[in-house]
Amino acid sequence: MANYKEIIATYKDKPGGIIEAFHAIQKEFNYIPEEALREAAKAFGLSEAEAFGVATFYSYFSVKKRGKYIIRVCTSAPCMVAGGDKLLEALENYLGIKLGETTADGRFTLEATECVGQCQGTPVITINGKPIPEVTPERIPEILSSYK
Amino acid sequence: MAQEMRILLKHADQINPESAEDYIRVGGYKGLEKARGMDPRAVIEEVKRSGLRGRGGAGFNTGLKWSFVPQDIEPKFVICNLDEGEPGTYKDRIIVEKNAQAVLEGMAICGHAIGSKKGYIYCRGEYPHLVQLLNKAIASAKACGVLGDFDIEVRMGAGAYVCGDETALIESIEGHRGNPRFKPPFPGVAGLWGKPTVVNNVETFACLPYILVNGADWFAGIGAPNYPGTKILTLTGDVVNRTYVEVPTNVTLREVIYELGGGIRGGKKLKAVQVGGTSGAFISPEYLDTQIDFDSMASISATLGSGAIFAIDETRDIVEIVTRISRFFEHESCGQCTPCREGTFRTREIMERISSGKGSIQDLKNLELLGKVMKDTSLCGLGQAAPVPILTTLKNFGHEYKRKLI
Ligand SMILES: Cc1cc2nc3c(=O)[nH]c(=O)nc-3n(C[C@H](O)[C@H](O)[C@H](O)COP(=O)(O)O)c2cc1C
Ligand code: SF4
Ligand code: FES
Repeated sequence: MANYKEIIATYKDKPGGIIEAFHAIQKEFNYIPEEALREAAKAFGLSEAEAFGVATFYSYFSVKKRGKYIIRVCTSAPCMVAGGDKLLEALENYLGIKLGETTADGRFTLEATECVGQCQGTPVITINGKPIPEVTPERIPEILSSYK
Repeated sequence: MAQEMRILLKHADQINPESAEDYIRVGGYKGLEKARGMDPRAVIEEVKRSGLRGRGGAGFNTGLKWSFVPQDIEPKFVICNLDEGEPGTYKDRIIVEKNAQAVLEGMAICGHAIGSKKGYIYCRGEYPHLVQLLNKAIASAKACGVLGDFDIEVRMGAGAYVCGDETALIESIEGHRGNPRFKPPFPGVAGLWGKPTVVNNVETFACLPYILVNGADWFAGIGAPNYPGTKILTLTGDVVNRTYVEVPTNVTLREVIYELGGGIRGGKKLKAVQVGGTSGAFISPEYLDTQIDFDSMASISATLGSGAIFAIDETRDIVEIVTRISRFFEHESCGQCTPCREGTFRTREIMERISSGKGSIQDLKNLELLGKVMKDTSLCGLGQAAPVPILTTLKNFGHEYKRKLI
């Protein structure tokens, strides 16, 4: 976990760049580790509380360790009426975890999200940001099998 | 038979949105060239005269908004709002995916009009592919020399609906939590880093090249006179065609749902339609012959909003759907002001109680009172709009609530 310092240094001089830095850190680690948060606070001249406040304001950022693949299920109304709730339940059953949890092997974290702007293909899930439209419970094993 | 009218999306899938050359081949950057040959004041006048009103939801006259920007303060900023968080909405993504260069051109036209050399595009965190696309599009436009000395930078949001509010968006670009600011001052006077800033929606910017090339009168003559032009709508829910369409603003909801949308799935009957996204009003079918333009929607106490059209069929439980929507607002409230923070929490709690069959008549009365207070006293549009789905369903579909009471 060395290179968060380099990442932060790249954004340090950009006005308001802390959010960009958090994006880059999270891309690397899948969450924002505490050391990185402290380093970012220093680099951007904020108190640790302020930096923490920024990181936790945005639902895309996580300050908790997460799995390798983050599955997010859209729970907004258009996806809900297209079967999103059943899909979420099926994912919980298939993975053997509840919403917000990570599988024991550290592979998958299951999260809920609001609309991800792919509503032509409701219900939608995303895996590490990649949208997958029109997901049915039956398709889950096949879809997840490509995430090793 | 109602038909699409494609202006912004005319060359969709025929040109590479990243390529300025492709765009120039179909007439692109002529609008900017023309604008740069005009006095900035005249450009503002032209845009004002076209009648273009903001496509981000508030429907404010774009030229008029630009005219409030003081001339003598430097620097000034142009911000393109690509935060698009309203559930059921993806039109701005489509515009960028199909015609990104028009958005850049529109921003540069605005830059010339208000005297700004720097633009930002604030792209929601859920659209990382658009950040890449836009960066390539900007590089391509720069390589062609068409943007001149106007610079555009893309910034990424991180999953906060409230950052779609222009002042929260500005806070976010500055690297802060996305808490909306108290207005006034408006961003046009004191926005990004306290400097004059114009924030417009993606679709608003994308209209500008066509207005400059074809003239204000041409644009003013399309669709509804009070809200001219085309509008890109996204159809979700129980319609046959869950798709997007670009239509003149004088089409009716009925035409959109039954002709372009192909009607309701499985031959069922329509129960309700929510226009403008999750913060919009639920309308009953008797109003289907209303035009979609901003003022016509307002005349039936609805909002065109982002142009999302969410149709639900007769078998749907509207109370359950509104309960879900109330959870959205509780989740997305920034927590800065009391009516919204506490109100979204309480309305969600009451909605869940009613939905699970444990609500009372008093709960309905409390919802109405609470909703009214939230509408009147919340600091930003989020808290003001949060009770709208509840209040409009209480009014138009009250029997569905009463059926569930103990
Ligand atoms: C909670 C909230 C969310 C908003 N979300 C968006 C959005 O996603 N996109 C947008 O363009 N405007 C959004 N707006 C409206 C903006 O504040 C602003 O009015 C708009 O970007 C101005 O552009 P326009 O005049 O071109 O419509 C939102 C407003 C509020 C209060
Ligand atoms: S209305 Fe809600 S979202 Fe807006 S400032 Fe108040 S708490 Fe924040
Ligand atoms: S409502 Fe689920 S992606 Fe838009």
